[in-house]
Amino acid sequence: MKEKEEDWTLVIEPKSSLFDLQLKEVWRYRDLLIMFVTRDFISVYKQTILGPIWFFLQPLFTTITFTIVFGRIAGISTGGVPPLLFYMAGITCWNYFSACLTATSNTFVGNANIFGKVYFPRLITPLSIVVSNILKFGVQFLLFLVFLLYYMVTGDSVQPNIYLLLVPFLIILMAVISMGFGMIISAMTTRYRDLHFLIGFGVQLAMYGSTVIYPVSEIPEKYKTFIMANPMSSIIEVFRFAFLGSGTLQWSYIAYPTVFAAVILVLGVIVFNKVEKTFIDTV
Amino acid sequence: MGTAIKVENLSKQYRLGEVGTGTISHDLNRWWHKIRGKEDPYLKLGEVNDRATKGTSDYVWALRDINFEVQQGEVLGIIGKNGAGKSTLLKLLSRVASPTIGTIKAKGRIASLLEVGTGFNNELTGRENVFLNGAILGMTKAEIKSKFDEIVAFSGTERYIDTPVKRYSSGMRVRLAFAVAAHLESEILIVDEVLAVGDAEFQNKAIGKMQDVASGEGRTVLFVSHNMASVAALCNRGLLLANGTVNALGEIHDIIGKYLIINNKDIATKYTFQNDGIVRDVWINSAHIESNEVSNNNVISGSEIKIIVQYIALHTNLKCSLHIGIYDNYGDKLVHLGSVYSGFDTFRTEKNGIIECVIPKFPLVEGKYTINISLHLNGRPYHKIKDALSLIVENGDFFGSGKLPNPKESKILVNHNWNLS
Repeated sequence: MKEKEEDWTLVIEPKSSLFDLQLKEVWRYRDLLIMFVTRDFISVYKQTILGPIWFFLQPLFTTITFTIVFGRIAGISTGGVPPLLFYMAGITCWNYFSACLTATSNTFVGNANIFGKVYFPRLITPLSIVVSNILKFGVQFLLFLVFLLYYMVTGDSVQPNIYLLLVPFLIILMAVISMGFGMIISAMTTRYRDLHFLIGFGVQLAMYGSTVIYPVSEIPEKYKTFIMANPMSSIIEVFRFAFLGSGTLQWSYIAYPTVFAAVILVLGVIVFNKVEKTFIDTV
Repeated sequence: MGTAIKVENLSKQYRLGEVGTGTISHDLNRWWHKIRGKEDPYLKLGEVNDRATKGTSDYVWALRDINFEVQQGEVLGIIGKNGAGKSTLLKLLSRVASPTIGTIKAKGRIASLLEVGTGFNNELTGRENVFLNGAILGMTKAEIKSKFDEIVAFSGTERYIDTPVKRYSSGMRVRLAFAVAAHLESEILIVDEVLAVGDAEFQNKAIGKMQDVASGEGRTVLFVSHNMASVAALCNRGLLLANGTVNALGEIHDIIGKYLIINNKDIATKYTFQNDGIVRDVWINSAHIESNEVSNNNVISGSEIKIIVQYIALHTNLKCSLHIGIYDNYGDKLVHLGSVYSGFDTFRTEKNGIIECVIPKFPLVEGKYTINISLHLNGRPYHKIKDALSLIVENGDFFGSGKLPNPKESKILVNHNWNLS
């Protein structure tokens, strides 16, 4: 009896093409993505009294601390914008980025137990992290809008402008970059746990190397290339420009992170895909 | 009808020991061979997977050249000793791990149940977990919704369905999780020993459900278990794995028979101590069975048998006791004999000595049994010998009436009297 090759709906082989991303499979499991997001949202704040209010408190206090430390004590210029808004804009963006990056970089090691028992497209996990963090970002973003409105009503010099239309794109860029990076690190930590330690303080250091606490205009020329190499610098600068009307806007601030995101995503997915097949033997 | 799964030349290599030291050097070496277009140097290494013998290579083949086909609607039982490669095979089939060499081809969706309740979240309610777990196993939300009532009814947890799972008893958790899995709609279902959970009532329900899935709905099931009784009840074909290779494939009762033979073949009729490098103060040096009816290990039920154990001790006056377990073919322990229970209690060692355990009227029906012997020192197990002896029992006139109950209905013969009153 000869079987025709096309009869098989599933073929499991040792190696497959690097670019065989099985996006069809990911789409078939889209309900799982939704379930993961719901789970993350429900389970985190169960048995807490304040619940989602914690989403507000953390960025609020960070902003106040930054305002006092960097604005008042260190006296770093915010380019004429109310410091509270300036820092809050940076922190809201950075929080989303770092939360996604830290969580996705733990994909394989943190889920080894479930990955070892059941198959589903592993890409679902980082995707679900990025999506569930968008909800948290949304809450913090609302807080930012409330303050923005307050400053606008009291007549401060903030001018939201047409570039607000770029904000959704900025969010996508942050999601893609953090996910891409996170997947690469996650793939590598399956063998070399050292990276897990690196990511913890690496993310913190990277914040100081971005425009979270200072505007682009304040960066000394000799450090500028280095700091602008961090794609988050441009993204935060554009974000601030759109909402506050402060700083400068160059098209390279959008072009650079876009290219960066595209490259890191492709790299990330390829590495992730490759490791996905073997990690259970090495984790 | 047609082939549902076809496995060709399937092999899986594992690296033993700690992954870490030496990993980078092996990775680099591999990469160096790869860019020069040569074969992976570590694929040539590797030994047959026998966990008892210490190998010289860091790499072993957990599975080697596995070939088989499963027809649609067939229930295939996969059996073998611990470490024979059953779990590895299941992992490859369920795509949790990738094969090193070879292919698996399948028609239809494969759903695997390697563990009950994978991904259950304690904080979520039963209802939420049904949806989460169902989605993890590959169901869509609509599918789960349409089966939700059935799932809850099957699990018997209606009252608690809106309570967080962390408040569930472990039995309830398992029931709910199994209920979700049992309602999967995949064409191929892979099940690993999950039936060994829950109470007897639920186990029967679970086996019944599995039978329905296979015979009623015409789906293909691959079932792994150590419990020969449930394998025999569920499966129509069997695959016997031994040391990572296919030992036999065929009708389930033949395969179970072969499994029992390879499982028992190394058991001697007489046990003699072989130096295993461990220094002991006292050890069992030899053991054998004596029966006044038939010599050797062939005994007749109802006759007197003696299990005779000889020990050697480095010191005198050690406080020892002996325990003997008798197991049936399926590995279930039927009888536990202990010197401490029967009035003999403990004994003090001499340089060497012989202890006899006498069973005046051997109460087991015909069949093949194995005996484990354990020497306890100061009340704790000290020298344990698994499968020390095998015992073949033939039917005898236990009751003196020339009649015996059917061996399938009474595993143990008990002296008893009937009275009119």
